[in-house]
Amino acid sequence: MGQTVSAQGSANQAMVDKYRNNFLREVEANVEEGDWVKMCMQCGVCSGSCPLGNAWEHPPQELFMMIRAGQREEVLRSESMWMCTSCYNCIVRCPRGLPITHIMHGLANYANRLGLAPKMSPTRRFAKIFWDNISTTGRVNETKLSIRLYFMDGFVKGLKTAFAMRKVGLGMLLTRRLNPFALFAPGGIKNKRQLQQILKRAYEIEDQRKGFQ
Amino acid sequence: MPAESKTATYICRGCTLGERLDTDHLVQVAQSECGSHLAKSHDYLCGRHGVELIQNDIDNEGVTHVVIGACSRRSKTEAFGFGTVAVARANLREGVIWSQPDLAETREATQEMADDYVRMACAEIKFMQQPAVNRERGANRRILVVGGGVSGISAALGAARAGYEVLLVEKTDALGGWASTFHRKLPDREPYARFRENGMDDLINQVETSTHITVFLNATLSRTSGAPGQFSVDIATRGGTASTENVGAIIQATGFSRYDARQLPELGYGKSADVVDQAQLEEMARKSNGRGLVRPSDGGAVESVVFVQCAGQRSDKPGHLSYCSGYCCNVSIKQAMYFKDQNPQTDTNIVYTDLRAPGNGEDFYRAAQLKGVAFTNGSVDQVTVDGDRLAIQFRDEILDREEVIHADLVVLATGQVPNSGIDISAEPAGEAGSVHGGQARVPVDSILNLDYRQGPDIPHLKHGFSDSHFICFPYETQRTGIYACGPVRRPMDIAQSVEDATGAAMKAIQAVEGAASGRAAHPRSGDLSYPSFRREGCTQCKRCTVECPFGAIDEDENRYPVFNESRCRRCGTCMGACPVRVISFENYSVDSVGQQIKAIAIPDEFEDKSRILILACENDAYPAMDMAAQNRFEYNAFVRVIPIRCLGSVNQIWVTDALNAGFDGVMLMGCKKGEDYQCHFVRGSELAHERMGKIADTLSQLQLETERVEVHEVEITDIHRVPQLINDYAATVDGIGPNPFRGF
Repeated sequence: MGQTVSAQGSANQAMVDKYRNNFLREVEANVEEGDWVKMCMQCGVCSGSCPLGNAWEHPPQELFMMIRAGQREEVLRSESMWMCTSCYNCIVRCPRGLPITHIMHGLANYANRLGLAPKMSPTRRFAKIFWDNISTTGRVNETKLSIRLYFMDGFVKGLKTAFAMRKVGLGMLLTRRLNPFALFAPGGIKNKRQLQQILKRAYEIEDQRKGFQ
Repeated sequence: MPAESKTATYICRGCTLGERLDTDHLVQVAQSECGSHLAKSHDYLCGRHGVELIQNDIDNEGVTHVVIGACSRRSKTEAFGFGTVAVARANLREGVIWSQPDLAETREATQEMADDYVRMACAEIKFMQQPAVNRERGANRRILVVGGGVSGISAALGAARAGYEVLLVEKTDALGGWASTFHRKLPDREPYARFRENGMDDLINQVETSTHITVFLNATLSRTSGAPGQFSVDIATRGGTASTENVGAIIQATGFSRYDARQLPELGYGKSADVVDQAQLEEMARKSNGRGLVRPSDGGAVESVVFVQCAGQRSDKPGHLSYCSGYCCNVSIKQAMYFKDQNPQTDTNIVYTDLRAPGNGEDFYRAAQLKGVAFTNGSVDQVTVDGDRLAIQFRDEILDREEVIHADLVVLATGQVPNSGIDISAEPAGEAGSVHGGQARVPVDSILNLDYRQGPDIPHLKHGFSDSHFICFPYETQRTGIYACGPVRRPMDIAQSVEDATGAAMKAIQAVEGAASGRAAHPRSGDLSYPSFRREGCTQCKRCTVECPFGAIDEDENRYPVFNESRCRRCGTCMGACPVRVISFENYSVDSVGQQIKAIAIPDEFEDKSRILILACENDAYPAMDMAAQNRFEYNAFVRVIPIRCLGSVNQIWVTDALNAGFDGVMLMGCKKGEDYQCHFVRGSELAHERMGKIADTLSQLQLETERVEVHEVEITDIHRVPQLINDYAATVDGIGPNPFRGF
């Protein structure tokens, strides 16, 4: 998640050039679990099972059809797969055994990698805040995470959110579910530098395998 | 009844009959009231000792007619099937104690019911004979198979392996039919993910080396006459030579013709050589011989191919087939695999509205998806030529929008049209090219050239397919001893045809064996009785010949009916039709039922007891009532039920006699009629409805309410509904009051 905008743009163009208009092949090659997409038989059980189904512009079944129909931009710029809450209802019910939840996250991640994911999607922003939080120290710092989340739309909005949530916050403090000192304590795993190295190497391997520059 | 006849009545006390009923009274009814020569009761009649008791009386006391008052005639048929004597059954268990409540206050009505059933059985037996074997039977056991495709070959091999001699008649100059033109065939065994070699050469070789099969190539049937066990067929070969052969049964495996894709110009057929149907693609694949499939127009490479499913099928448009041919989705999957195997980079797209992959086709479908065959849910509107490519315009049903894709080759999945000969139910086709239903009718040749009065081919069921009922009794046709199998019966693929052909071969074997011993075919399999008529009384009205659903009755030169006993299915539709009541069976006649109706004791007009007669079809309605009783679903105690062979055998005299005798109502229960009929004799139920529709006139002449006669369609599963129907009708009858003829 650390690439610059121009690098993302060129990565996208490289993929367009590489796969021409065969988006299905691009998904198979670059999206996690993407080689399952072709096995969809369009029964619609996933779309019908999704508890947030009506919040999706394109339910999973439709996304799979769009991938086959080569609607690359519509799919990758869609906010739909960012709506997945990983309840796994679709995976349990899919008669063809497609790992639909994983494919949704795979698509979201790929769209983000190419810089096509909708910038202001709240779920995308939460995902980024969460990833930055956990990948910095190797552990989730919930206090910092909450504060970053509250204040992501500016200081005033953050104060309003904090005020609205004060009862929950105080309750968590009193029951010691939230540690105020974690704001200042470094926390995290022992060898943070090594974690960064592992992640860096992982990015390199992925870039190399998928042909990113 | 012959002078030497002797009737014995046996009342069972088992299954609590002895506790619920006064069996001594029943014995008395049989002996003093009905004049039974012997009357006994037994604790366990179907047990060894009970059966021995009866057998002993037959052997040593000269008993020729047996009345058994025990369970339904559908139970214990083996124990009570003595074979040498006529047997009548009084249904005391299912018909009485199991369908009536066990209460002190209902005991009288229950006993009255039992008394009546014993009286009815005693009356019936007076008009029953153990049927003598039909003398007109033929014992030819050869089987004729018409059609040398995969269905015909499989039927011939099946019958030959079972030891029967087979004649195989093929119109063309080679065996194999459509199946030999296929490059590969659909998987019919594990692994279902992979198509198989078509294997026809091996089958043809088996036919040619079989000592039991005689093959006639370039041959057709110019005349077919006779009956099961004694058909005579004239086989004409193209050279002009003809031979007459005798056979016992016929299997019609005449297959299909491919739908004429020239009727689909909107899908580009005929406009571009690169639009082909599935049969053409098979031919291309077979001829390419592994060198790779190319475009027919210019020999160029095929980089993308689109399969259009349901081309000219499942559509109401004029000239299209309204049905699904069932095999074409699997075939398109197979053909898409040809391209993927040749070059995995080829774009193969199957555009379908409903993908139907019967059998183990689901595995095949999945295998194609794994190979990267794309499946698009859409309906194709148009295929047009766009430069040297084709543009396929379709509506994407998932994305709900119009799309256009381009391809080098388009394959149309067109359907199967049965080769079923002449539609004998259609009005005579006037001038050639006359228009019928907006569709020009192409004159067709007869296949069997039957010299039956009813027409030269077997009747069609739906959409021109030759069948009698493809779910309940497959392979049966409406002509006894002639069986249909393969795509002439319904659209099907090779594996289904092979299975079908094997089934039809077994049916044909049953038919020749049954005919040889004078026994009926389905559904009264094994029945020895057959119809006969009193010539002096016949008025030559032809109703029996016209109404026989199986074309069993011809007419002689004096216009009297000629019963071809071996063709008869023993439904009695002729008996129900006969206005002068001259047609009868040895164990089933206007009298055998009419006398039962008269034997029922009608309470006098001052008693508050109604009587309702039910004539119930033995195929579905009567078993449904038995099953209802087995579940102890109770019904009104004032009904008396008589099982009949088919609603078609109901003669109007029974209904008028019943009303004259004082019955308050008559219920007729038969099978479902109409297009989706379940009548085991095809037309019986429908005919009964027609005939009873006319009974309203008779009722009004007698100044009776039309509600006094009701006809119901009952299915075998209606075990909850039948008691309800009876009780509702009893309430209706109570509402209209007693029959004014009561007591006259």
